[in-house]
Amino acid sequence: MIERITRRRLIASLGAGAGGLLLSGCDKITRSSAFQSAQSSAQDLTMGAQRLVIDRGALAREYDSADMSPIFRTNGNSMPASAAYRAHLGSGFADWRLVVDGLVSRPLSLSLDRIRRLPARTQITRHDCVEGWSAIGKWTGVPLRLLLEGSGLRSEARYIVFHCADDFGGIPYYESIDLVDAFHPQTILAWGMNDQMLPVGHGAPLRLRVERQLGYKHAKFVMRVEAVASLAGLGLGKGGYWEDRSGYQWYAGI
Amino acid sequence: MTPDAPEEEVEVEETAPSEPRGGDIVYRHRRSTRIWHWLNALTVFVMLMSGMMIFNAHPRLYWGEYGANADHAWLALESSRAAPAFPGWMTIPTSYNLAGARSWHFLFAWLLVVPGLLYGLWSFLNRHIQRDLAPRREELAPRHIWRDVRDHARLRFPTGEAARRYNILQKASYLGILFLLLPLVVLTGLTMSPGLDAAWPWLLDLFGGRQSARSIHFIAAALIAAFILVHLVMVVLAGPINEIGSMITGRYRLPKEKP
Repeated sequence: MIERITRRRLIASLGAGAGGLLLSGCDKITRSSAFQSAQSSAQDLTMGAQRLVIDRGALAREYDSADMSPIFRTNGNSMPASAAYRAHLGSGFADWRLVVDGLVSRPLSLSLDRIRRLPARTQITRHDCVEGWSAIGKWTGVPLRLLLEGSGLRSEARYIVFHCADDFGGIPYYESIDLVDAFHPQTILAWGMNDQMLPVGHGAPLRLRVERQLGYKHAKFVMRVEAVASLAGLGLGKGGYWEDRSGYQWYAGI
Repeated sequence: MTPDAPEEEVEVEETAPSEPRGGDIVYRHRRSTRIWHWLNALTVFVMLMSGMMIFNAHPRLYWGEYGANADHAWLALESSRAAPAFPGWMTIPTSYNLAGARSWHFLFAWLLVVPGLLYGLWSFLNRHIQRDLAPRREELAPRHIWRDVRDHARLRFPTGEAARRYNILQKASYLGILFLLLPLVVLTGLTMSPGLDAAWPWLLDLFGGRQSARSIHFIAAALIAAFILVHLVMVVLAGPINEIGSMITGRYRLPKEKP
């Protein structure tokens, strides 16, 4: 009897010790390469599972104007620091051009006026920030698909990269999505918000809307759209500023 | 493999098959229950602690589809990197790291959901749910429930043969966790995914919008934390060595009848 209790006590205290070790070691585990690879497998699993159940063309919910947030807060950079951007802003983006290049057969250089005369889609959607808040707003813009088709996207292209005018500590913001999202009907480069021209705080002159993912994927102040075969050459290789900088998930559908 | 039926391991002293009495050792927890219990002990703690870090990033809760700083919040805590809403000793990681917390949360979410579904299925097949957790008709009588509440309040726990079964309050809390809170916390978690909302918009309708789902997610998590607290207190009161040991070995010593 005594033996059994001792053994149980031993097991229980081993369990408690392991628990304590685990909790105090979580930060160490977070930085360990084994955990990083486990979490990256889990991310692949999550993205795979989501892509399995979410139809390519499944639309994010679109709301009525009565459902819109009274105030749509800004986030991230609300005013790019670059002198070139400020000059464009000062002249109403008259001489500004959106560049579409990379793995395309006919690179484009489009004025804002030209973009605004392209077929547009308007959608009232919910913007979900990774921090947890949501806001509903109305976005008007050109479907990204039209620009990619218009520029003759080449078959080697796998990802679409967005280069932005704003920066964090001197590093210009960048983001990327794959072709599933790039060709999704609700993926637009928005030039209008809530029936107005897109305000500077929300990314004038153009911001990406990629409605089935979190806010940090919705690049603001988009200057250049580049088609690439791989994300390896972009930044530190994880596909976006926050992905490279802080370890945020590249697939932000969750 | 077949569901392992609980063999009764009665330490027989004098007369053969008789009802086990206080002091006897009985086989109480199946292997599937023990494995899931300890896996979940780890998983649920990681989920709660990484969840609190995620909450720290925006410590406000709303009802409806949208909700941000300018909107009315039904719960708004103060939080900054220096003084987070939930302090570092309660969170994974310990200092502000939303990306890291999300990695922990979504990795362990798989460990919560997949083994949880397997355990639920297995416990149905081996009749653990029907035999041990489903309340019997007489247990649902208000008089019986009231007596059980009074006994608990006086810290008088069943002894001898009666201690072989879960009492009605235990059954209610285990069933509440298994079939209400865990499904609720998982489904509201899925509702916060903008991707899954496109695939399953009914999730948004079920919970009344993404921000409502986030609020319910938080409330369900808080109730799970409350359950764990009460559960641990009960383990200590009921005899931690016997209780923890039985969840490791499966064998439980029935408490002695009070003279």
